[in-house]
Amino acid sequence: MSTDATEAATETASDVAIRVLELHKYFGDLEVLKGIDFQVDHGEVVCVIGPSGSGKSTLLRCINRLEESTSGNIFIEGDDITDPDADVDLLRTRIGMVFQQFNLFPHLTVLRNLTVGQTKVLKRSKTEAVQIAEEMLERVGLSEKRDEYPIRLSGGQQQRVAIARSLCMKPDMMLFDEPTSALDPELVGEVLEVMRTLADEGMTMMVVTHEMGFASEVADRVVFMDEGIVVEEGPPAQVLKDPQTERAQKFLKMIDHA
Amino acid sequence: MYVIAALAVVGIALAADWPTIQRNFFQVDVIREMFPELVTIAAKNTAIYTTLSFALGFVLALALALMRMSTVAPFRAFAMIYIELFRGLPALVTLILIGFGLPIAFDGFRLGSTMVRGSVGLAIVAGAYMAETIRAGVEAVPRGQSEAARSLGMSKNRTMFTIILPQAFRIIIPPLTNELVLLIKDTSLFFVLGTTPASKELTKFARDFMVSSRNATPLTVVAIAYLAITLPLTYVVRRMERNAGKSR
Repeated sequence: MSTDATEAATETASDVAIRVLELHKYFGDLEVLKGIDFQVDHGEVVCVIGPSGSGKSTLLRCINRLEESTSGNIFIEGDDITDPDADVDLLRTRIGMVFQQFNLFPHLTVLRNLTVGQTKVLKRSKTEAVQIAEEMLERVGLSEKRDEYPIRLSGGQQQRVAIARSLCMKPDMMLFDEPTSALDPELVGEVLEVMRTLADEGMTMMVVTHEMGFASEVADRVVFMDEGIVVEEGPPAQVLKDPQTERAQKFLKMIDHA
Repeated sequence: MYVIAALAVVGIALAADWPTIQRNFFQVDVIREMFPELVTIAAKNTAIYTTLSFALGFVLALALALMRMSTVAPFRAFAMIYIELFRGLPALVTLILIGFGLPIAFDGFRLGSTMVRGSVGLAIVAGAYMAETIRAGVEAVPRGQSEAARSLGMSKNRTMFTIILPQAFRIIIPPLTNELVLLIKDTSLFFVLGTTPASKELTKFARDFMVSSRNATPLTVVAIAYLAITLPLTYVVRRMERNAGKSR
């Protein structure tokens, strides 16, 4: 780790949740992230938009090390997680992750989906885990589904359970990887509603999404990525309504006509 | 098509010498003589040998499968060589190696009774086959499952044992049943290790009975006995599978 990076990280450690410095990522010969500099403050909601293949999901996945970055640094509340000695498992308990495909555990009931991480990783007692799970299920409005298996739930309900599962770990921040892209249109709203509530409660959130309505209403900041770089970022009103770069203008126009 | 098949069956039935068949394969007094040993010794031994081989083989297979998927290269190499070796050898050869090869190689070293030696031998073979089955099952579990588990902070091992393997086992119930049925029949190879009257399994028991009664009836009886074990077993497993399917 370079001294510059250390200083940059420690200077702002207290109020910066996620800080990405000069991040590069190759898949074989293909460079998908070409030097990303980027940060998310505590309590901030950042939406990342951009065409498919622009590297936004890869960036998100690098942040909890589901993908290993090739070079550059990522700091979570000041801790360098790209350090080979970093305790990745511990780090991940501080970062909630919500996937496009929900990825609930199909062999466990909803309640067990919510308690398994708490008891096995955080070593909470079963009683405590169940209590927290029930509280989180209530927050996403699915208390009555606690004993169902995931397969019996609609896509929207599954995604709400997945959000509750992450919340049970009491994470400092949440990452969302296209959380509504796999949903039928009529189920998108209920998931966005849960996310909006979370944002209102002050959760630090980084959301890769194609939901421009959500981005413009809920995001504090919108980041537009294309071909592995951050092309433009700023308040939603600016980036979404009055984009400065040609690439962002083109992308938003295409979305409008879709 | 069906008419021809039906005619063929009728033709064979007419041509067959039924009294001779009945005398040689369905002698009631021979059948009567086979009891109760058929159940109390032969069927019981077949069941014990199968259970032991399967249990041992399964533990072995799990270890091999995990090694095969390990990030540690020597583990992977060992598992690959093992699997290729024992899938390639006939079970009979492996049994003979364990039963007679080991004592020769290591100066009279004997691995317990016939039961133990046979079961270990079959387990060694079954382990090789089942390891590949388990690996296939693990690989059939979607990637997102392990990503979700790791995102909750679970370690690699924890993810494997609490999230991946339980799902993999549901997927591989049918091929594992297959392996179990094959094992039931492979216990008939135990005879090469030598038998005592108390250690005979179904096939050996029938063959000896054929000699002493100078009749082929024991063969018919033992065939029915095998089916009496395998058919209910496959039925039970199919039900288990359906129940497991409810959560998928």
